[in-house]
Amino acid sequence: MLRQPLSRALTLSSPVRAAPLAARPYSAAPPPPEKFEVFIDDKPVQVAPGTTILQAAAQVGVEIPRFCYHERLAVAGNCRMCLVEIEKSPKPAAACAMPVMKGMRIKTNSDLTRKAREGVMEFLLVNHPLDCPICDQGGECDLQDQSMAFGSDRSRFTDIHFSGKRAVEDKDVGPLIKTIMTRCIHCTRCIRFASEVAGVDDFGTTGRGSDMQVGTYVEKMFLSELSGNIIDLCPVGALTSKPYSFAARPWETRRIDSVDVLDPLGSNIVVATRTNEVLRILPRTNEEINEEWLSDKSRFACDGLKRQRLVTPMMKDSRGNLVPVEWEDAMVAAARALRDCPPGKLLAVAGDLADAESLVALKDLVNRLGSENTCTEQYFPLDGAGIDLRSSYLCNTKIANVEDSDFVLLIGTNTRLEAPLLNARIRKAFIHKDTDVAYIGPKVDLTYEYMHVGDSASIVKDLASGSSSHEVLKRLESAQRPVVILGADQLKTPEGPALLAYTQELALRLQDKLQDKNWKVLNVLQRTASQVAALDIGYQPGVGKALADGPQVVYLLGADSGVVSRDQLPKGAVVIYQGHHGDAGAAMADIVLPGAAYTEKRATYVNAEGRAQQTLVAVTPPGKAREDWKILRALSEVIGERLPYDNLDEVRDRLSQISPALVTYGDVQANNYFAQARTLAQSLQKPVSGKLDVKLKQLEDFFMTDTISRASPTMAKCVQAVIKQKQSKY
Amino acid sequence: MLSSLRTGVQGVWRAASRSIQTSSALQHDSLFVHRDTPEDNPDIPFEFSEANKKRVEALLGIYPEGHKRGAMIPLLDLAQRQAGGWLPISAMHKVAEILKLPRMRVYEVATFYTMFIRRPIGKYHIQVCTTTPCWLRGSDAILKALTEGTQCHVGGNSPCGKFSISEVECLGACVNAPMIQVNDDYYEDLSVDDTKEIIEKLKRDEKPKAGPRSGRFASEPLGGLTSLTEEPTGPGFGLQPGLKA
Repeated sequence: MLRQPLSRALTLSSPVRAAPLAARPYSAAPPPPEKFEVFIDDKPVQVAPGTTILQAAAQVGVEIPRFCYHERLAVAGNCRMCLVEIEKSPKPAAACAMPVMKGMRIKTNSDLTRKAREGVMEFLLVNHPLDCPICDQGGECDLQDQSMAFGSDRSRFTDIHFSGKRAVEDKDVGPLIKTIMTRCIHCTRCIRFASEVAGVDDFGTTGRGSDMQVGTYVEKMFLSELSGNIIDLCPVGALTSKPYSFAARPWETRRIDSVDVLDPLGSNIVVATRTNEVLRILPRTNEEINEEWLSDKSRFACDGLKRQRLVTPMMKDSRGNLVPVEWEDAMVAAARALRDCPPGKLLAVAGDLADAESLVALKDLVNRLGSENTCTEQYFPLDGAGIDLRSSYLCNTKIANVEDSDFVLLIGTNTRLEAPLLNARIRKAFIHKDTDVAYIGPKVDLTYEYMHVGDSASIVKDLASGSSSHEVLKRLESAQRPVVILGADQLKTPEGPALLAYTQELALRLQDKLQDKNWKVLNVLQRTASQVAALDIGYQPGVGKALADGPQVVYLLGADSGVVSRDQLPKGAVVIYQGHHGDAGAAMADIVLPGAAYTEKRATYVNAEGRAQQTLVAVTPPGKAREDWKILRALSEVIGERLPYDNLDEVRDRLSQISPALVTYGDVQANNYFAQARTLAQSLQKPVSGKLDVKLKQLEDFFMTDTISRASPTMAKCVQAVIKQKQSKY
Repeated sequence: MLSSLRTGVQGVWRAASRSIQTSSALQHDSLFVHRDTPEDNPDIPFEFSEANKKRVEALLGIYPEGHKRGAMIPLLDLAQRQAGGWLPISAMHKVAEILKLPRMRVYEVATFYTMFIRRPIGKYHIQVCTTTPCWLRGSDAILKALTEGTQCHVGGNSPCGKFSISEVECLGACVNAPMIQVNDDYYEDLSVDDTKEIIEKLKRDEKPKAGPRSGRFASEPLGGLTSLTEEPTGPGFGLQPGLKA
């Protein structure tokens, strides 16, 4: 079924993924072949050989109806909905699978074509239940739409024997996907997605003829971090979202374009809301980042936005319990604590989900109070060039370019769980472009085969110095477009600076030899959505030193990952927590200021490649919660150190003063200064002996990583289900 | 077969009121999902026997590197023969393991082909052809004799566990109708008595004589040859004289 080079045929669906790979020469793309002319409904169009009729028609804006065809999946050609008439051809042809030939005249609206579509539609509907009123797909159903557009206006279907229509047993594929298999029209999109994109070959067709069914044959959960995408892919209501079931109709919801913040990639999303409630999150196409996929955490953790929320300011009473208070009281108390604090003893910590506006407001406020202690929770080594050069902490290759690479080296990062859509890109390159992947770190399942080089940090040193005898070095050096991805988690250890220095050395050594001078090799994959913006703004990565100084006032801006805890602080220290979820940070706070989550504010986030994007307000913050930068602005007024911005535009002006990249939405600035970073890091190249370890190893580690997903019941169910599935025999 | 005739008859009968016919929704007699049973679950180990392991090697050797999955059907067949005429789920897993394929790809093949049987069946799997030529020549009586003789209904196993009966479509021996297939052997030109004798012998684990029961050798005419009766002409027959050597 898959169209792919022969060399992949063996490896594509193999469950054994750590086998050594044979070296394959990199083949440069051949020159584009000459185009020729074909006619779609008498409109001439120039196409390259190998284009299908469907693609050619799309070029002139003629949309041919389809169910099984999908641009990002292999061609199956089994639904027959795209039948079109070709002049001088005795019978209609499936447009999705038929390559055009020179001078072909295609009629997409002839009587024959219309009759063919009507016939296919009739056959599909014979075995499709008439349950649109209770079907969750209603309103966004391809079958519904196309039967209105292309189907017959009357039915010939009579259930003469009252034997009922075909009925198929529903499958249990986990807590995210609800299956009503009777509705399935066997387009096999879910099967192709599972085997091609997700790399989890658990779906297939069993039986044949009228008994054929799509499913897993055995009781098995769809163990993928991208499973939710088959809900979008399903053209009918066979696969629908379980958490969203019977919640709303698409025409009742308001859709707001936004950006996901639960992983560092900043996938583009659409937030569907009704009556000030986030109902579901869908992916929004962005070829540069997420194509049209979305990871399960980003998609399904939205019910966490309704739970564990901080809805009112709170303060500790005399017995040490947090009690609700008015904004005024909380503000005055917080202002007093901040004002009375000696400058050196004030510490501000930004968490995983902080937006650029609140980050800059907090930094400005803390600076005005005379302190330089603004930190992020995630560490990044400051030795050498540190965070002075933006190229040192970004994914410089850019996500979309990864699929053009011919060799990928992953150092201590389980991209599958840390950045699922980046991993999907690597898999795409692995399958369609013969890209090979090498991996340094503990053995994990990346959904594709990789060369496992080992898990010790000294391998990176050997590769950087060119003294390694491993095959990977040869492959890296011969690669035309290599990519090196270093997990930012590895930099937390004492050997972090050396590891970064070696990785920079290796990447630059490779980059210098490339013919393509614009190709960037070095990537440092951050773990959180806020880190890049925070580093751009000038936050210190990691709280280590500032915390050791014994701060008297700690201002936590959504810092919940447990880096700061009560027992590290001196007695009597005041903790102010500003954030949207009652998690680790709020639990230890003396004063709680309720903020807004990413769906509730217009805010800037910078993704791992350094691309600034903004979220839009989909719903209003619950209760007394307010937008984060406004809280800080109001607090500054109470303290008497008024911040010089009164509206969002002025905050963004301030952001652009710091770095124009923070407000050029949607764009990535090309990074240079790799050589300078290398020079500065030269002295850091000390021997390393540690082992690389990744935090997220198994799929169950993936679902609950931040305050929103930890509060989400759906994510909790996923963890349970994955653990249960792991105990199953299948 | 009977049911489809009934359908046709009903269709004609109803023609007065409705002019549309449908064929009856025939559902397959086996499930296309797996259910764990005490006889068939992944905990029961399956391993190819030593002799079969050699066969596995030989079968894999036929297919070039990168196309080893082509050996799936032969391997499944080998596993089915070893497991006693049916294919346990653990055997499918074994085949997937040998071919380094996801298990689902093996399930797909095993459920597609009707000759892979995914439920425990008896030692003798009797397949009765009831397609038109056999039916016209009395397959209903044969089937009745079989079900009575083995106490086994179609699609089930006999109480003794020795027999399973399936009603199948044409097995390609129409000229010797009616016929049945027991495991790998065809029994053709059957009468009810022949059928009973076959069952009795199988009950005693003797091997009944396979092939036509009408005294024919194969599919030649029953009353002797009607053509090609003379001696075959030798080489050079009908050649013009000039060409003869």
